[in-house]
Amino acid sequence: MKEQPSAAGDIPLPGGSPRVPDGARGFGFSDIRRPDIWLILSASIALLVSIPVITVLVMSTVSTGDIWAHLASTVLTVYVANTLILFVGVGVGTILIGVTTGWLVTMCQFPGRRIFEWALLLPLAVPSYILAFVATDMLEFSGPLQGALRDMFGWRTMQDYWFPDIRTIGGAILMFSLTLYPYVYLLARSAFLQQSVCVLEVSRTLGRSGLSSFFQVALPLARPAIVAGVALALMETLNDYGTVKYFAVNTFTTGIFDVWLSYNNAGGAAQLASALLGFVILLIALEQISRRQQRYHQTTSKLKDLPGYPLSRGRATAAIAACLLPVLLGFLLPASVLAHYAFESFRDTFGSAFLSDARNSLLLASVSAVIAVFLGVFLSYANRLRPGKALTALTRFSVVGYAVPGAVLALGVIIPFGWLDNYIDGLMRSAFDHSTGLIFSGTVFALIFAYVVRFLAVSFGAATSGLSKVTRNMDNAARMLGRSPLGTLGAVHLPLIRASVITAGLLVFVDVMKELPMTLILRPFNFNTLATRTYDYASDERLWEASLPALSVVIVGILPVILMSRALRNSRPGH
Amino acid sequence: MLRRSLTLAAATMVGMTGAAATSQAAGEVNLYSYRQEFLVRPFLEKFEADTGIKVNVVYASDGILERLKAEGANSPADVVLTVDVARLKAIADANLFQPVSSPVLKKNIPEQYVGDDGGWYALTLRSRILYASRERVPEGAITTYEDLADPKWKGRICTRSGKHVYNRSLIASMIAAHGEEKAEEWAKAVVANFARKPQGNDRAQVKAVHEGQCDIAIGNTYYYALMKNNEKQPEQKDWAASVRPVFPNQDGRGAHVNASGAGVLKSAKNKENAIKLLEFLSSDIAQEMYGELNHEYPVKPGVPQSAEVRSWGEVKFDTLALSKISDNAEPAARLADRAGWQ
Repeated sequence: MKEQPSAAGDIPLPGGSPRVPDGARGFGFSDIRRPDIWLILSASIALLVSIPVITVLVMSTVSTGDIWAHLASTVLTVYVANTLILFVGVGVGTILIGVTTGWLVTMCQFPGRRIFEWALLLPLAVPSYILAFVATDMLEFSGPLQGALRDMFGWRTMQDYWFPDIRTIGGAILMFSLTLYPYVYLLARSAFLQQSVCVLEVSRTLGRSGLSSFFQVALPLARPAIVAGVALALMETLNDYGTVKYFAVNTFTTGIFDVWLSYNNAGGAAQLASALLGFVILLIALEQISRRQQRYHQTTSKLKDLPGYPLSRGRATAAIAACLLPVLLGFLLPASVLAHYAFESFRDTFGSAFLSDARNSLLLASVSAVIAVFLGVFLSYANRLRPGKALTALTRFSVVGYAVPGAVLALGVIIPFGWLDNYIDGLMRSAFDHSTGLIFSGTVFALIFAYVVRFLAVSFGAATSGLSKVTRNMDNAARMLGRSPLGTLGAVHLPLIRASVITAGLLVFVDVMKELPMTLILRPFNFNTLATRTYDYASDERLWEASLPALSVVIVGILPVILMSRALRNSRPGH
Repeated sequence: MLRRSLTLAAATMVGMTGAAATSQAAGEVNLYSYRQEFLVRPFLEKFEADTGIKVNVVYASDGILERLKAEGANSPADVVLTVDVARLKAIADANLFQPVSSPVLKKNIPEQYVGDDGGWYALTLRSRILYASRERVPEGAITTYEDLADPKWKGRICTRSGKHVYNRSLIASMIAAHGEEKAEEWAKAVVANFARKPQGNDRAQVKAVHEGQCDIAIGNTYYYALMKNNEKQPEQKDWAASVRPVFPNQDGRGAHVNASGAGVLKSAKNKENAIKLLEFLSSDIAQEMYGELNHEYPVKPGVPQSAEVRSWGEVKFDTLALSKISDNAEPAARLADRAGWQ
């Protein structure tokens, strides 16, 4: 059999995952004479989920006049340059914070480590746009910080002193890095946790220093996980509209919106979105090619206790500072500012509207999370059972929805659903003289579908990266003992990848709670969520009224964070 | 466990779909609104109380046009409400509005504020004016939009993005007044005078004048009133106090006005209620309420302005039909790109 470069475990973006051992291939348990239910189901799911992206691609084939020439001669270079700067900045920022802190709390002993283990995840509960609102409020000329400085030094006007402007591309990089590094932290930490300490010990025995072992051994081993984390962070950055708009940093995404809304040129917007998609796919491909020859998986399932290097006093202080700073800036400060505002505005803002917003948010988030996780695990497992180029390619394509800016994805949802609704309505009218109206578009159905399309990448990535660590020998053993593929999944894989699955579900949950652009476009009548309410007020620079819903998004985001960290810690057997 | 949670998910979804779907029974009207909830809610409540007609609303700022196109003839929406005429025009251009002829609307809303064939109706007027620093800009130093291009204001002007509908509409009115070439020269000169890159909303510009970052801001009229009377965030009173509102071009064509407005969709299942809603929004009571609540100018002649607005005195507004200005919306957007007014 010819060597196939893209086989089973090598699927994912953004899950970026290891390959399977070669021996696993060609072990076919599948009985090709029967219709292959796994193949059919997973291909159907992948196709269904791909519909919005396909719609966008189709939309981009319409003629769009001279819009490209206009953009190319005016603003396109700025958009592209800003996007690249953001990419590099956020990439470096999230890696620096996420990997450093992930390593420190996993491998070192210092006071507060146990708290930081979960506290470092907290900024994940703060949407970038909310951090941007709060940071601006704190750091601008009339904010408390500059006010205090003026009082202290007797300055009066802006001309008397220099203070960094937060509403810049640097400010945006800071906002994104602080709120998105937990993706890298989470995945890096779970990779560090699963690494065999023996490998590290061998490295130490062979004379490497701790630091050098980290760079030469642990980091390369964790690379797939880190890359997956950064990919998530960068795609969130691409999808963001609130923060960059508030900071007046024009990016490629701004361009997409502008072409769509200022020029009423949805086709042109779809073309820009497709170009962006192409760019993302290229990045993913480059990354995967770069580690084509590498294999990452444990050779043994025996895990020794983590070493917990004790740190000297000076180093411990530095470690505490390194862990505290992101939590402080990314969570504690914004949350306390919001809490302060929310406390003062409570009488104005708390009421039945708030409660119904909260209910909507929670329901949408939990339903979408359950569906996304179910589909993510299913697709990932199907890819393991049926390695093959076609299914792999289809699955990969079905999760790229994550790379499309939410608002554009919303377009890709509205258009086919609208068509389907009208089609069904037409059928029903002619057959039964009964109009069904719009069943799918304009209801929470469309909204949940959109969330699942967008966040399937998160659950699929986590499931795949979890499954890739389960050696094929387990599958083989279970199957030989008479378990069906589904039985094997339930009895063997799910318990083993429980942590990954829980993490995936919680990530999707928090993501949906925070999601803004799609919710704004697709929401049904008389329907608000905590995020849309926050945005309505904050975009009118009314942080006062926005504070309670904003704080609620943050607080709800904390709960999964706590569960996630427990699951993470328990994911290492015997730890 | 998985099965149980899935059943739960499915049940919830069905429940929510049912609850959120809107009925098309008599006694309802379905609204897609670009205006934010806290501004619109009081009117709709009053309308509901007066007529017994229930108003269902989707508040959205983007994507309404595409949603309407996709929903087609089955769209549940009856009325679209926007804060800017360019968006009304875009919906009209997509052939989604139906002409409405109502004696009440005809009587209440002057012709210059009505779309072609009664496709849409302006409901409130918002003028785009200049705010000059009381400390640093002597009275009479700036009196027209054209003056903004004067090099003496280099590094002294603040405004939001040129792509925002308010500024786009202002640029469109400059195109209408001077032609595209002259308007572009003007926009480039204005951009050269900016104190900072465009950012924030209109309120933020006045605040920047207060903080000394710039001396002249471009903004809509009602923000001044909202800041001046802001009891919840009293610091905004200081921002307002630091500027003097300047209504431009009073010796010429008058100050530029934009409008919030609405139209009835072709797909409307509740057409009668939709027209009733428009009529209500153009009535004395709603017009006056709007003035009191958001300090915009009533579109209906003879309706008293809010006390705050009255205190600004008699103002001359550009009499050019709003539909003529919205015709320039796309050229204005391109012009903003070319001028670097991002």
